[in-house]
Amino acid sequence: MNVDLTINPDLARKILTGFIKSEITRVGFSRAVVNLSGGLDSSLSCALAAEALGPENVLALCLPYRTSSPESLEHAQMVIEQFKVRSETIDITDMVDPFIRRDPQMPDIRKGNIMARARMVLLYDQTEVFNGLAVGTSNKTEILLGYSTLWGDSAAAMNPIGDLYKTQVRQLARAMGIPSAIIDKPPSADLWAGQTDEGELGFTYEEVDKLLYLLVDQRYSPQECVEAGFAGHFVEKVVNRIRRSQFKRMLPPIAKVSNRTVGYDFLYLRDWGT
Amino acid sequence: MPLHQQWFGGFVFGGKIHPMQLNLALAQINTTLGDVQANLDKHLSLIAEAQKGDADLVIFPELSLTGYVLQDLVPTVSHRSTNDDLVFKQLLKASQDVDLVVGFVDEDSRHRFYIASAYLSGGEVLHVHHKVYLPTYGLFDEGRFFAWGDSVRAFDTRFGRMGILICEDFWHASPPYLLWLDGADVLLFASASPGRGLNDSEKLESARWVENVNRSYANLFTCFVAHSNRVGYEDGLNFWGGATVFDPNGERVAQGPYFEEALTIATLDLNQLHRTRARLPLLRDERTALVQRELARIIANER
Repeated sequence: MNVDLTINPDLARKILTGFIKSEITRVGFSRAVVNLSGGLDSSLSCALAAEALGPENVLALCLPYRTSSPESLEHAQMVIEQFKVRSETIDITDMVDPFIRRDPQMPDIRKGNIMARARMVLLYDQTEVFNGLAVGTSNKTEILLGYSTLWGDSAAAMNPIGDLYKTQVRQLARAMGIPSAIIDKPPSADLWAGQTDEGELGFTYEEVDKLLYLLVDQRYSPQECVEAGFAGHFVEKVVNRIRRSQFKRMLPPIAKVSNRTVGYDFLYLRDWGT
Repeated sequence: MPLHQQWFGGFVFGGKIHPMQLNLALAQINTTLGDVQANLDKHLSLIAEAQKGDADLVIFPELSLTGYVLQDLVPTVSHRSTNDDLVFKQLLKASQDVDLVVGFVDEDSRHRFYIASAYLSGGEVLHVHHKVYLPTYGLFDEGRFFAWGDSVRAFDTRFGRMGILICEDFWHASPPYLLWLDGADVLLFASASPGRGLNDSEKLESARWVENVNRSYANLFTCFVAHSNRVGYEDGLNFWGGATVFDPNGERVAQGPYFEEALTIATLDLNQLHRTRARLPLLRDERTALVQRELARIIANER
């Protein structure tokens, strides 16, 4: 089955830069902070923020750990120079290692979560220093699969790219002139050596984006996806991931006891009054 | 051209002289969510600007005085379109010089809240339309917060007979059809249409859909269709603007920009109605009694 995820990059760019500008300026800010890993998603968010707000109003934070690939930092530097944003590099090793040393048996997943949350702490601290808001870097694929650390890399004040699948992020990144070394490398959270998204997930973005598009955007049933040619075990795995990660896509539910409860019947947009 | 048109520079309808041209200003504005005073100020400044451009009628988008995703703000932003209402007092005053269509939350005497658009002219309220189709699906939740309007009526203006519909109203074919039969020759559509459906096209799916149906209504009903849609963002929702006017031949008379605030002025040659309907008498030949008969049968069979 031919599933076409092609987007018009000019239109996407117009909507997403307008969104960043609107959501930052309407609450009295003019600046943004982005955690820039040197990967594709954060490079695109950084470039969009620079175009929306002017590069002098964007702070790119590079937060390497001692095991981070040197290539990541080089790629981040390429983006900083190309889009002329401000930057700050803070090595998180000294902050993260005391946590990790507390448990010599600590598995990689816990280490990765600690790193992601340390980066979140620094991101939010720098928003205070730079007087800006945190711009998110999660794409639609990883949001739907729950492939993120809760309150870690998923934390931000707004997210311009969260409705673009990874393969669509690539298209827009190419149109915005993100270096091809960043677009073409295997996506990785770079939390430990040799880690890749596709290795961890067990499927490629190319495959899963098409399946997610049918399941989510086109409202196909899992059975219809199988009939459309996707392997049954793959469809089942993805459907389960979506369901099990729903908690990552929402604020914690509040136990309702009163007549009016935040999250249920106290309903206002974030943009209330602006 | 009949003699009276040459003499008066207008055509006679119902004993009144109507001008042949209508300068329409489509005000595709951004709004401040829940801040009626800030939105009113913007209305008044755009009305002044439109007057400088010789506008006869300024059309503001859906909920132009309040913003769109109001949720629990609804009861706090409602107004009545009367002269003792502080907001409408100023708009009615402005309508002494130029006709206006403004979007607001109307609270009736029984405290039901409606998505409404009012036509103001010469200091009077000529018509108030309450949105009859409240989308309550997908990203929309209007039925949770608003009462459903219950009528679709055309009304007379100094430029001829018109009708107002609000967004989802014209996603259904029946309200424009009813207005056509009720005598409306100019359909005024107001929207706060969230942009969605990004693909490889240069327009969003939602924008293409609206433009296609508006052109189709102009063609099918051999009438003018003017659409004023807001711009800006509310949380993650974008509003795409792109005001349009189609003439009775379905030709695009005006096109506003996408995603940016703008005042698009279109000159409507109202005599085009005469020329198009002389060529294509769809209105003359419309078999309303047949429609009524078949509808009655269909509705009876549904029971």
